[in-house]
Amino acid sequence: MEKQLLRITVNNEYHELYVKPKRLLVEVLRDELELTGTKRGCNTGACCACTVLLNGVTVKSCSILAMQADGTEVTTVEGLAEGGKLSPIQRSFLDHGAYQCGFCTSGMLISATALINEKPSPTKKQIKEAIHGNICRCTGYNSIIRAIKAVAEGKYKEEE
Amino acid sequence: MMKKYSVINTPIHNIDGIAKITGRAEYAFDIKLPHMLYGKILRSPYPHAKILKINTKKAEGLTGVKAVVTGKDTLGIKQGIWRRFKELCDEEILARSKVRYIGEPVAAVAAVDEDTAEEALDLIEVEYESLPGVFGPLEAIKQGAPQLHEHAERNINVTRHIEWGDVDEGFKKADHVREDWFRCSSQHHVCMETHNAVASFTPDKKLTVWTSTQSHYYIQVLLSWVLGLRENDVRVISRYTGGGFGSKFELDSAQFCSSLLSMKLFKPVKIILTREEEFMATKRRTPMFYYLRTGVKKDGTFLAKEGRVFTEGGAYTSMGATALYLTGFFQAFPYVWPSYRYDGYRVYTNTAPTSAMRGFGAPQATFCAETQIDLIANDLGIDPIKIRRKNAMYPGYEVPGQATIQSCGLSQCLDKIEKWIKSQGKLPPNRGIGIAAYGFMSGGIFNWFDTPYAFSSAVIQVKIDGKVDLYIGSQDMGQGSNTTMTMICAEELGVQVEDIRLHMGDTESCPVDLGAWGSRETLMQGNAVKMAAAKAKQQIIEYAAAKLSPNIVYDLDIKDRWVHLIARPERGLSYYDVVKEAIRGKDGQPIIARGHYTPHRKGMISPAYSFGVQAVDAEVDPDTGKITLKNCVTAHDCGQVINPLGVKGQLEGAMAMAAGYGFTEDLPMDEGKILNPNLVDYKVLRATEMPETKVIEVETYEPEGPFGAKEAGEGLTNPTAGALGNAVFHATGLSIKNLPITPEKVLEALKEKKKEEKK
Repeated sequence: MEKQLLRITVNNEYHELYVKPKRLLVEVLRDELELTGTKRGCNTGACCACTVLLNGVTVKSCSILAMQADGTEVTTVEGLAEGGKLSPIQRSFLDHGAYQCGFCTSGMLISATALINEKPSPTKKQIKEAIHGNICRCTGYNSIIRAIKAVAEGKYKEEE
Repeated sequence: MMKKYSVINTPIHNIDGIAKITGRAEYAFDIKLPHMLYGKILRSPYPHAKILKINTKKAEGLTGVKAVVTGKDTLGIKQGIWRRFKELCDEEILARSKVRYIGEPVAAVAAVDEDTAEEALDLIEVEYESLPGVFGPLEAIKQGAPQLHEHAERNINVTRHIEWGDVDEGFKKADHVREDWFRCSSQHHVCMETHNAVASFTPDKKLTVWTSTQSHYYIQVLLSWVLGLRENDVRVISRYTGGGFGSKFELDSAQFCSSLLSMKLFKPVKIILTREEEFMATKRRTPMFYYLRTGVKKDGTFLAKEGRVFTEGGAYTSMGATALYLTGFFQAFPYVWPSYRYDGYRVYTNTAPTSAMRGFGAPQATFCAETQIDLIANDLGIDPIKIRRKNAMYPGYEVPGQATIQSCGLSQCLDKIEKWIKSQGKLPPNRGIGIAAYGFMSGGIFNWFDTPYAFSSAVIQVKIDGKVDLYIGSQDMGQGSNTTMTMICAEELGVQVEDIRLHMGDTESCPVDLGAWGSRETLMQGNAVKMAAAKAKQQIIEYAAAKLSPNIVYDLDIKDRWVHLIARPERGLSYYDVVKEAIRGKDGQPIIARGHYTPHRKGMISPAYSFGVQAVDAEVDPDTGKITLKNCVTAHDCGQVINPLGVKGQLEGAMAMAAGYGFTEDLPMDEGKILNPNLVDYKVLRATEMPETKVIEVETYEPEGPFGAKEAGEGLTNPTAGALGNAVFHATGLSIKNLPITPEKVLEALKEKKKEEKK
């Protein structure tokens, strides 16, 4: 099948590129745009390692065609820190040791960011539900939950 | 007074943290080289079959396909990680005449992209002659069962015997004897980064492999062996590893297939295993059938124990031989058994090979042992804590012929857990607290790999600005050893973590270490790092002494970048200034020092052991059989904690994985075919299923460990299944001896119990 024109803004950068219609969003992000921070853990939509924000909403980038993201704005883990300044969620993950091998971390950070954007003060139950889809095989999740909770409690407000 | 430690026991951000949370950490999974091709592996669809013919013509003719390799392209070497024992090296990299499990690699293709390579797999014609298979160890060991390997009669792969004391006499003296059978299921590691490799062979006959591994040294040696290359013409690079848990220190199919293809094409080839391949064709936890007979006195004193185990080996030896020994050793842990006899049989079956997984045979042993101890306590009307305390190991105890226990905080752990249980008061109905005690090794002392090198080595180079280049061979797969080693180096040298620049994950520049398995790194690599740092420090101190000209009975030390007299800390010099002068004084050479560690005369298993007790509080729904974890509290003795943040993470993570083993994870099979090779049907614990966790540190000082440290994190995989089973027992009166403890099994047992009660 013929390649199609994809117009996509990723981490505030606009791209135009020709992609095969069957290409997945995760493939375009990783292989074409070389944003390899986004990982793939299962290819069946079951682990959420590939989670990115699409117009502010979480999607599993392995379960959506790149062309379905035409005209959208995507945020990947590489877009969380601006000008070398870590986001509150990132700083909290660091302080709470909320990652180990790091392979699920990008997806986890994105899910956490989406939660905090939507509900700035989530309950513990809401935090657990927000990351229910994200598999982490290393941490046992509780350090991640603590990290998100700390942000929700305002401990990581952006410095003025 | 100066603080005892300036770095040790301070919670420190993982030194790889920024790279990992910004998406910059480059795993082998992310490597892309110019002109790189993509590979796929053809695997056996049969559990047991002869290969009659392989025709690769059609596949080679497909546009975009660059090469196909089969067993004919290999040297036909039977490899294995137990290199000292030829009969245990039983696995060809690509099967030439026979396949023994579903998923065994038969051929591999390199093409311009993954889709083309995948398409080409369908065009490879393999003619098989199916053979009868055998799938469980109890069937495979029978006379007349289909035989997998010519050399292994009745499919017996390895046997192990451990014995001390007079077991028969012990049973004679016993007031109470119990016999139980247990079945321990399999479990998959489920590393989030699936096995993968990028291999690049160049015309100068040098091979570079980027891969996800727990031991770049093992992979270097094994690859050079099967490919017929000189050991140091193979370079293995592994900067980040996306989880290991025991699955990534043997040679894997991504590594050797990408290498074979690259050697044929002189181009880089990348292979990433799919999640399905990962489940089907990488190794897994060893299923075990356990028989235990135990004799005790009326007051609960342990007298004799006899264990017999049949393990499902799968098609090849892999690391299963070690698991067979360790399960036997840890069956008697962490208690004083006056007499003990163990016989283990590892049996070949037509299933995916079973091998090392976090805990390495000990979780199975601990589940069976701790379940039985609660049953015995119940039979005798003794409190579960009391019976454990009565028989607990203690510092200085010698396991006859096997091990000497130096530091041991087991009884303190029991005290802490008892206190916590009491604080919970009376529990509502269908709720129970179960406990399990455990211990684990701090690195194995065995050398079946036959390395001629020290088990761990480290090199330090101090530069003119005081920056310390630390070169280590250990592998960080997420457990945090990079941070631990950096901290040990900084503490010993008297500088801060920011002063250290760590180099790891590359056989070309790093000294040999056997890798991250068996909880080796903190103690073994840690000792090597500490030794190197101490030697570097000594060189710096010599220059400082010349400057400070103290009375020669005074000793010098460095702490917080201050080189000083220990007796008069205010008399000293800046570390940075001394380093500058020392390098000038050495005719411009940087300060270089080496350290190494190999255990000598430390028994049969390990130089040191961690201990702990875990309590699991669980609720059982009598209508559905569903178990909900409420609390999980662990009192843990890992010696001196190096990084509290790291230890806590390790303990919580181990608990989650071990709870999965206890009640959700399993690999059901039908004639050797895994029925749930995906993350929808294979149930790892999710965030919503995690209980509250609490970790209580019991600090001891381990004389063999760096700064008194020992194992943390792997041993904690041992107790959870047993503690969970005991919680179910105390909640419902049901003892389920068959892992995992699923709702179906609970309901079935409840039904049985009701039937019994009616009678």
